[in-house]
Amino acid sequence: MKMSFTNRDIISIKDFSKQEITYILNYAKKMVPYAKGEKNASLMKNKILSSLFYEPSTRTRLSFESAMHRLGGRVIGFADPTATSQKKGESLADSIRMADSYSDVIVIRHPQEGAARLAAEFAEVPVLNGGDGAGQHPTQCLLDLFTILTERKNIKGNNVVLLGDLRYGRTVHSLAYALALFGADLTFVSPDTLRMPKEVIAECKDLGVEPSSTSNLDKAMKDADVLYVTRIQRERFPDAEEYNKVVGTYKVDLELLKLAKKNLIIMHPLPRVVEIDPAIDVTPYALYFKQAFNGVPVRMALLSLILGEALP
Amino acid sequence: MKKLKITPIKNGTVIDHITPGFAVKVLHILEIPKSSSSVVSVAMNVKSKLGKKDIVKVENRELDPREVDKISLIAPKATINIIRDYEVIEKHRVHLPDEIIGIVTCSNPTCISNSKEPVQSRFLLVNKDPPRIKCYYCEREPDDIAERII
Repeated sequence: MKMSFTNRDIISIKDFSKQEITYILNYAKKMVPYAKGEKNASLMKNKILSSLFYEPSTRTRLSFESAMHRLGGRVIGFADPTATSQKKGESLADSIRMADSYSDVIVIRHPQEGAARLAAEFAEVPVLNGGDGAGQHPTQCLLDLFTILTERKNIKGNNVVLLGDLRYGRTVHSLAYALALFGADLTFVSPDTLRMPKEVIAECKDLGVEPSSTSNLDKAMKDADVLYVTRIQRERFPDAEEYNKVVGTYKVDLELLKLAKKNLIIMHPLPRVVEIDPAIDVTPYALYFKQAFNGVPVRMALLSLILGEALP
Repeated sequence: MKKLKITPIKNGTVIDHITPGFAVKVLHILEIPKSSSSVVSVAMNVKSKLGKKDIVKVENRELDPREVDKISLIAPKATINIIRDYEVIEKHRVHLPDEIIGIVTCSNPTCISNSKEPVQSRFLLVNKDPPRIKCYYCEREPDDIAERII
């Protein structure tokens, strides 16, 4: 089925139907050899990406920039907003108007929820949300789905355990919704104070999936097909005391993996701090570095689709 | 003869079946009396067949039902009665619009709509009764809509 993505904003995974997401994921598969540099395509020749990062980022920013360069495009932007007119009190809306006039597509990461949606209102060119505070991170969600799909052939039929900071962690909110949309079984494991917000649970239920919630990781591990680990994010906590109470609650190590199914895959949006023992990295369970690479073909696919320059 | 606590009006609009205790908020949402010089009477905690209710009467002004719809956020069972010469000539149930702009602030302090950006608050309807809305920007649902009225 042919679908049109031209000039669409990518703000929230909820803006896309299951069929559209499936189309993007299948198209991203075609991009893998281009993302690895094995093939070349100048689909973004003469196109400019504005890369506006108001918050720190390694993978999202670099993989967006890599995606644009791999497709022959160019990148302008900043990774540190203190060097911009924001420092002088310029509104986000005005900064977006500028980027809009200087480029063909914008990616924005911002500490405030809803910033990307606001950017899309003020920009004529398409806007991609690279993460808005504790809100949405749709491109991360797509690369996570892409990773599960390419490793397990199907998303439905997998029991996916989401572990860690489910309250403030933006990736898990989008991901829980999208996994429910595809009919995966969901188990939420977190400290009591960092449980999944009720809105997200309600959305899963509306999609016909009844997630189970627990604080007992050992119990959840036995039936897990995918273990999706998240960092407890210091920067999202209102105060340090609350953070110190929960940091280090869970640790995925070789001992824990004794409980796991043989074909379990472990994912993590990264960066990790203490929640995954580096000893796991060399086991066949560890998929997080491959997952991070998958950000490039998925973002290449999105840029190509929304700028209307698709592979034949 | 038992004297009525609330006298009928000759011409104007009666907003009936307002959730008890919310009449003043209804006036606030409708920007009354700021938006008109009509005589306005308010009755609170009035006994009715369905329990207590608040009533607002605006004399000599027929409110546009679409304008009044936004009060359904806090008074989903309210009715709008247009009165001419003491007779009810039109009666409507309030109807929650699909988009609510500039009436409710987002409960999320870090939502971009709560910063100094040149935008009004904007909510999308999730459910009509009970009313549930979500922020267009950050997608959060406020628990306490009545407390969030601007």
